[in-house]
Amino acid sequence: MKKIINVVILALLLGANLMAAGKEKIRMEGSTTVLPIAQITAEEFMNIHPDVVISIQGGGSGVGIASLIDGTCDIANASRAMKEAEIKNAIAKGVDPVAHIVAMDGIAVIVHPSNKINNLSRAEIKKIYTGKISNWKEVGGPDQKIVVLSRDVASGTYEAFNKLALNDEKVRRDALLNASNKAIAAAVEKTPGAIGYVGIGYITPQVKALTVDDIACTRANVVAKIYPYSRPLFMYTNGRPTGAVKRYFDFLLSKEGQALVTEAGFVGLK
Amino acid sequence: MRKNKDQIYQKIFAILAFSSLLFLTGIIVVLFKEGLPILDSVSIREFITGTFWYPTYDPPEFGILPLLLGTLWVSFGALLVCVPIGIGAALYLHELASYRQRAILKPVIEILASIPSIIYGFFGMIVVAPFIQKVLDLPTGLCALTASLILGIMAVPTVCSLSEDALSFVPKSFREAAFALGANRWQTLTRVIIPAAGSGISTAIILGMSRVVGETMTVLMVAGGAAVIPSSFLVPVRPMTATIAAEMGETVVGSTHYYALFAIGLLLFLATMALNVIAEVISRRYRLKLGLGR
Repeated sequence: MKKIINVVILALLLGANLMAAGKEKIRMEGSTTVLPIAQITAEEFMNIHPDVVISIQGGGSGVGIASLIDGTCDIANASRAMKEAEIKNAIAKGVDPVAHIVAMDGIAVIVHPSNKINNLSRAEIKKIYTGKISNWKEVGGPDQKIVVLSRDVASGTYEAFNKLALNDEKVRRDALLNASNKAIAAAVEKTPGAIGYVGIGYITPQVKALTVDDIACTRANVVAKIYPYSRPLFMYTNGRPTGAVKRYFDFLLSKEGQALVTEAGFVGLK
Repeated sequence: MRKNKDQIYQKIFAILAFSSLLFLTGIIVVLFKEGLPILDSVSIREFITGTFWYPTYDPPEFGILPLLLGTLWVSFGALLVCVPIGIGAALYLHELASYRQRAILKPVIEILASIPSIIYGFFGMIVVAPFIQKVLDLPTGLCALTASLILGIMAVPTVCSLSEDALSFVPKSFREAAFALGANRWQTLTRVIIPAAGSGISTAIILGMSRVVGETMTVLMVAGGAAVIPSSFLVPVRPMTATIAAEMGETVVGSTHYYALFAIGLLLFLATMALNVIAEVISRRYRLKLGLGR
């Protein structure tokens, strides 16, 4: 009896190995912002190339980059550029990180739909977020306290907004921390005095996206880099991609792949 | 042959039982190893009494006092909710509820415990926060009060079922003796049963507190998340757990910020462990007092 069970287990193990053999594996890990892009393009890529298996994990940009440095993933998704400390760490471990810009994202400034304000200048947004303006009447609105919503300080969206909109000045301490784009959109929807910022894909009909210096956050304006709060999204590889990873990048950066990027709520490069 | 088998099984189950110990040791080692390096960058005093949490700026600031106070305020508020409801429910279940009411109420309260915390978070964000915002005319309903309410409800099952256990451990002879001395039902309850179950009930409260302190998802969603020292229950606060959950994924592994987050985790762990140890000590004493042994 025992022998039979052993044989069965052995056969199953062998079978599983055989099935996986002949398939190339790509492991992706990192930013939750880039995750939808990775998922939609990986699915389509695996449909076209059944000989490749792509596994995708979230975890955050920092986690993905750490995995790339440790060699436990092939592609690190990142919503921010690698930091100096990370690059140093990578080189020390013999990893040569190569950045690929895979999409653009526009960071929209959103308010409650009942808000009469349609446009803010970059200076006004900066003053609101750094704590110099706290009431809507100071920017031409009603006498109402501004509820400032921001992202957690480690998120890529926060970092991009902080650099693009605040020139690295500190966000006011009483800003509300939200852990995701969706959470910001949901909170703005429910809060008449709120202001928040989200990726372009997260603008819902229940919130109003403001124009910044009279420039709307549209895909065209983001691609043309006219909209002031535009940022690139990255995937990192160790050295130039080869094999299945290269085929994946070829697909991702093709017209078809970039159309999927747009479908995922971001701005395709083409 | 038989004996051999017995021994093997015994070994297997011993390994299973001791594996928890292994996990606990692993967690403690990691928390200390990854948390203590923060002391190379800031002193304990700066870390705990600093009022600015700007971990990603240059120069970074790692003051966790606002986060510490956020956790304390929210936990205190949650206690105000879960203690009266939990103990009240336990007393009703134990003293007054009919058999049929018990059969319905007990499972219902236990279902409350099995709801995932993210659902509580949703409920708080979509229903409670807008309601509180409207009723109290606040700029935002995502504040310490909302978080306290939701966390309090989440801790009710812990407090209620443990308190009820404590009440049911009181030997029947206590009650009979009280009645025999001519005490009425109310007197028996307040002067005999509750004092006898008192330490069991305190254990229930402490364990409920420990649940509240460690809760993460819900506070991340409903507490608002402003890293300021709370001035009232009506302002947004950011508890320690929410900070870790929100920032850990994106931070640079091995950076000072990373160590700071682990250090916060270490503090949380020490706090909940202290609560659990206190609860254990109290409950042992009280079992001895009632003559129940260990």
